[in-house]
Amino acid sequence: MNRTACILFVVTLIVSSAIAQGGGETLIKNATVMTASRGTLEATDILIRDGKIARIGKGLTVGAGGKTIDATGKFVTPGIIDAHSHTMLSAINEGSLAVTSMTRIRDMLNPYDMSIYRGLAGGVTSALLLHGSANPIGGQSSTVKFKFGKPVEDFLIPDAPLGIKFALGENVKRSNSTIQPGQTPRYPRTRMGTMEVIRDAFRRARDYKQAWDDFRAGKTKVPPRVDEELQPLVEILEGKRIVHCHGYRSDEHLNILRVAEEFGFKIGTLQHGLEAYKIAPEVAKHGAGVSIFTDSWSYKLEAYDSIPYNAYILWKNGVNVSINSDSNERMRRLNLDAAKVMKYGGVPEQDALRMITLNPAKQLGIDKRTGSIDQGKDADIVIWNVHPFSSFSRPEITMIEGEIYFDRQADIARRALLAKEREELERLDMNRPPGAGGAPPRVPVERIRGDLDHDDHVDGDNK
Amino acid sequence: MSSATLKIHISIIRASLAVFAVVLIAANLAAQSDGSQQNKTGRAGTFAIVGARIVTVSGAEIPNGTVVIQNGKITAVGAGVSVPSGAERIDGRGLSVYPGMIDAATGMGLAEIGQGANATMDIAEVGTNNANAKAIDGINPHSSHINVTRVNGITSVMSAPTGGIIAGQGAVINLNGSTQAEMAVVPTYALVINFPRVATGGGGFGGFGGGGGGQQVDFNEAVRRRDTQVEELKKVLTDALNYGRARDAYARDKTLPAPQTDLRLEALVPYARGEKPIVFTSERERDIRAIAKFVADNKLKGILVGGQEAWRAADVLKQNNIPVIYTNIYSLPVREDDPYDILFEGPSKMHEAGLKFAISTGDSGAENRDLPYHAGLAGAYGLPREEALKAVTIYPAQILGVADKMGTLEVGKIANVVVTDGDILDPRTNIKHMFINGRLIPLTSRHTELFDSFKDRK
Repeated sequence: MNRTACILFVVTLIVSSAIAQGGGETLIKNATVMTASRGTLEATDILIRDGKIARIGKGLTVGAGGKTIDATGKFVTPGIIDAHSHTMLSAINEGSLAVTSMTRIRDMLNPYDMSIYRGLAGGVTSALLLHGSANPIGGQSSTVKFKFGKPVEDFLIPDAPLGIKFALGENVKRSNSTIQPGQTPRYPRTRMGTMEVIRDAFRRARDYKQAWDDFRAGKTKVPPRVDEELQPLVEILEGKRIVHCHGYRSDEHLNILRVAEEFGFKIGTLQHGLEAYKIAPEVAKHGAGVSIFTDSWSYKLEAYDSIPYNAYILWKNGVNVSINSDSNERMRRLNLDAAKVMKYGGVPEQDALRMITLNPAKQLGIDKRTGSIDQGKDADIVIWNVHPFSSFSRPEITMIEGEIYFDRQADIARRALLAKEREELERLDMNRPPGAGGAPPRVPVERIRGDLDHDDHVDGDNK
Repeated sequence: MSSATLKIHISIIRASLAVFAVVLIAANLAAQSDGSQQNKTGRAGTFAIVGARIVTVSGAEIPNGTVVIQNGKITAVGAGVSVPSGAERIDGRGLSVYPGMIDAATGMGLAEIGQGANATMDIAEVGTNNANAKAIDGINPHSSHINVTRVNGITSVMSAPTGGIIAGQGAVINLNGSTQAEMAVVPTYALVINFPRVATGGGGFGGFGGGGGGQQVDFNEAVRRRDTQVEELKKVLTDALNYGRARDAYARDKTLPAPQTDLRLEALVPYARGEKPIVFTSERERDIRAIAKFVADNKLKGILVGGQEAWRAADVLKQNNIPVIYTNIYSLPVREDDPYDILFEGPSKMHEAGLKFAISTGDSGAENRDLPYHAGLAGAYGLPREEALKAVTIYPAQILGVADKMGTLEVGKIANVVVTDGDILDPRTNIKHMFINGRLIPLTSRHTELFDSFKDRK
């Protein structure tokens, strides 16, 4: 499709898909409610008021003008939280420097990304949007809810703690990028250099912080120059910014935990953390969370020792584990990824569910408002046709703060209209085929596979 | 794990059946001296799975029955079946027995680590015509992907190369064996052709986890290139037919000039003659219709792999008896305005259209174990559940020409048998026992070994 027509089309789709309920009351009636906090409640009602879960119980009634959703025979879970996502990002890596803490994911959020809607259709309501893994210290992250159809500002969770991406290993070393003739390789090219870059950055950040502390205490007269690179690192040192550190090998995980301890801060999450099972007691002692793929492995050398029992071993050691997608494709089936950990080692059902709800909420620092079905929390809720761990499951309704952002029946009902609109758009002059006076159509890319973290992320493509 | 239970069974039998005891002990000693090799290939024997729910796939479910495995084959299935003397009994109470699942489009054993370990990649040969490249020559029987895949209930796959336009020949293999020959079911089953498509740049070939890329080109130029490539392809097949005729003529009459040996043409002969199937990889309706025409024009035996829009071309696929190996459950819709579930619904739409199809991961090895969940997701989006199971058992067996050997629990078939504690398509289900070629396979893999090494580390 022609670009303009394409945008028109998307806008129409958005308008028709945002079925805002807004305010008022909604009652979800007679569901099997998997709370993620207090077990599973049979034949239970959930009353939603002003976007919050007002009451959970039996025989609840809705106020005048309220809406009732009959969920008899259906399952309800908290909205899924994807703790490692690049959805909505029109660029992912600033790869030119080893330290890019000055860059912000916030500056490149695309609220029209169709992957948002597909994620909602897979039950995802919140995500941690991370910079890529090209640098030891990457950019600042954004924590969002998938309020598809709303202005981009509405996506940002206002009280979510700040975050930043770090990375270690193959991607950081640029192992898979060829150095062109005449090009100077970017430092670092080894795991040794990677750790030194991080140490160096924190020494500079500490000095910078000292300079400001001195100025504020009146010891110096001229204020230091504001440094966009070091300011976020100072926030880390002050415990105001969560570090999400990409890495694979257990020795790397330990190295970053040790460097953090040297500088007196904590690692929020080991991202990927595919060998964290080898050092589970050390991870537990540090207090880091781990955000993993359930069972992806062998797609790169440093993922060869990844095992699907990772979640179980970490869980048994008391580590907060979340299961993420890092992929617009995989995001749509995180429920099945969570189900797998019941098989691999035997994580109990509720703990498995927590790995895609309450646990990532804690890792992102948004568990006060979302991640479980509890009174007072945001009504971020998924209604499933059957048990969400069955491979025959699919979301029927996904809501954020009580508003329905995905409704399978409404989606199906809308398809004929959209097909008609598409036909009309294709008849427009600018969209006519070549030879008929129109510009050649843009042939879609053949196959977009949401590959996991293959090398670094290419702009506009979630790899 | 179930091996302990089994060992108890073995010891009971040993005590009670003195005649067989010597044999069994000898087998056991051999096992012990065989080290890791034993761990990989399991052991033969006579086995009876007793008191289980039997999902035959070929007929009705048997709520409480017995499956007997002898000399590598299924020798009895049913409710009133007697257990042969000397058979190792496996208590099937509360368990379900299924035929092993089959993943029809993989790169198993050809691609160990895609990134950062290029030396482990043997899946894509150089050049456009690799007709003589045979997967069976490249499959590593000791790839760790094999054990990891089979312990999830997948007992057979087709493994095939991806490089060039004519990529090479795929092998149907069992996921057990110390050598390629031990694994082979059909060593050279099908020829893979990445059918030329109208491509303006970017993306890769469908199926088999193939790569792609390249410069952006103008649409008209892309059409021209496609047409040229299809013409070239047709010419190669014609050359192969001519080569085959000359070769056969010479075989009958040695006074004729001997044709100069050409291994590529030699390899193509049975495929060009329509004696063996050609697997065409393609996704778009336009290209799929071109494939159907190509198959008809050249009187070929065709199979489609990929097949995102196969249901839109059901008419021509059916006319030309082209079945589909669908590899797109874990793919994203291509167009922004495609329904979100369009690729989940692919199998359901093919079913409604009366197309013959199998569901495959299309993965090169590491993720083939997800095959049951691909089928499950198709089931969540419209495909009847029993069809979802068939799409990973009997249908791939039919498409791979091995339906007489596998794909159902029927007497006379290879004993590729899986015993589970639940629905085989459910991610929570555990595999309790499994047999390949009648050998009881240990439920170990690289992953269980690493798990055992670290699970109790303090």
